[in-house]
Amino acid sequence: MSIENNILVKLNEVGFQQNKKWLVKGVSLQVEKGKIVTLIGPNGSGKSTTAKIALGIYKNIEGQVEKFTNNIGYVPQKISIDWTLPLRVKDFMLLTDDLKDDALDEALTLTGVKHLKDKNLGNLSGGEFQRVLLARAISKKPELLVLDEPVQGVDFTGEIALYELIKKISEKLNCGILLISHDLHTVMTATDHVVCLNGHVCCSGSPKDVARNNEYKALFGEQASQTLSVYEHKHDHEHSNDGEIKKN
Amino acid sequence: MFDDFFIRALVAGIGIAFVTGPLGCFVVWRRLSYFGDTLAHSALLGVTIAYTLEFNIAVSIFITSSIIALILVKLEKKTNLPGDALLGLLAHSSLAVGLVAIGFLTFIRFDIMGLLFGDILAVTTDDLLTIWIGGALILLVLRFIWKPLFASTVNYELAEAEGLNPDRAKAIFTILMAAIIAISIKMVGLLLITGMLIIPTAMARNLSDNPQKMVIFSIIGGLLSVFIGLFSSLEFNTPSGPSIVAAALVLFIFSLFKIKQTIQLKN
Repeated sequence: MSIENNILVKLNEVGFQQNKKWLVKGVSLQVEKGKIVTLIGPNGSGKSTTAKIALGIYKNIEGQVEKFTNNIGYVPQKISIDWTLPLRVKDFMLLTDDLKDDALDEALTLTGVKHLKDKNLGNLSGGEFQRVLLARAISKKPELLVLDEPVQGVDFTGEIALYELIKKISEKLNCGILLISHDLHTVMTATDHVVCLNGHVCCSGSPKDVARNNEYKALFGEQASQTLSVYEHKHDHEHSNDGEIKKN
Repeated sequence: MFDDFFIRALVAGIGIAFVTGPLGCFVVWRRLSYFGDTLAHSALLGVTIAYTLEFNIAVSIFITSSIIALILVKLEKKTNLPGDALLGLLAHSSLAVGLVAIGFLTFIRFDIMGLLFGDILAVTTDDLLTIWIGGALILLVLRFIWKPLFASTVNYELAEAEGLNPDRAKAIFTILMAAIIAISIKMVGLLLITGMLIIPTAMARNLSDNPQKMVIFSIIGGLLSVFIGLFSSLEFNTPSGPSIVAAALVLFIFSLFKIKQTIQLKN
């Protein structure tokens, strides 16, 4: 098999503007089978926008997107569901695909929320809902998973377990994953390729390479760079309310 | 069997209730009740066009309403006016133009009350065919677009990202709305069609914890409203549309007690 055949989605110099302002510009990246590509960057750096371009949600874009699969699982960053619609977890699981009951149970068990199957979606906590979102995305055994902040609101131990699960899924299903995360530490243990965004690609490469990159240091600070390269979780920086990393 | 006007009205009403149930759910879920109203108001224009050109009324309404829906989409893109203002603009102007056009058609006698509020005496055997064949087609198409339409109702981006083509489903749904208005106008009347779409569905929402149940209860609610409404229309000599919608309101009020019970159980 050639390398070409392993590519699931390829972005070539893509850009998107809204209200005459470029949200991202000149982004190129590709996701291959069995590989995890992580997008990092400060707030408003165009991470979610890039994911939405890759998914085909934004249509009037500059550049090209080539998609080689239609079997996609998506966990959006923000999801607002209107409660005029009565929806149980199991109805939500079947939203975009007709799945067998055991495929459903398997996915819900993996993310630890099988007991919520008959619960109404409106009664879940933020963390529980996030686990359901992830279960829904993996239940259809996708070739490409796009995860936009998949563990937000999940408790700390759950967060680690879910990242391990994501890693395991990529191996088991041999699917490609495009991951967006704020949490630099956890991300780096699993990622094959990191793309650091700030409206454009400021640097990319293996986690180690990115950590050594000067532009990355300028963006996240020296401390974050150290964290990245040693793969340890230490609370050596603080986040302000909007999630931005405070420079010490 | 269909010689009796009341049997004809009943059969027509049953056919309509089967279609307004599931469509009504989407109208409520997608917040389209004013959109439905706008299409219904424009139906009057469709009726006058049908009379002027001696054309089939249902087909004429269907075409006019579809065009109004298209104009709405264009206006939404071209102007900075909010959606509800555009809906009001189209609803009332098409109603006004329709009424003015009727004023010019002095050679035809119009039963305006019948058009606005429905008339069971007006349902012919041909209308039954239109309702049942048209209704079956609407349900068939709805079944076909159910998955993308439902998924995008819950979350547009999920549906789009996972390849369900929600824009096409939305466009087809708009056409189905025009179609249900076209086939049910004689029976329910153009001012009350949206009531027939929303009120049984609102009742169903109070009784359901999942979408399938809501669709089924919505159909049952519609059927009961038709039965109760038509019998009282016959009994008290009231117009059919308002009688059906008033019956639906009574059912809705009963369904509120069910909510009260569930809340008490939870506490």
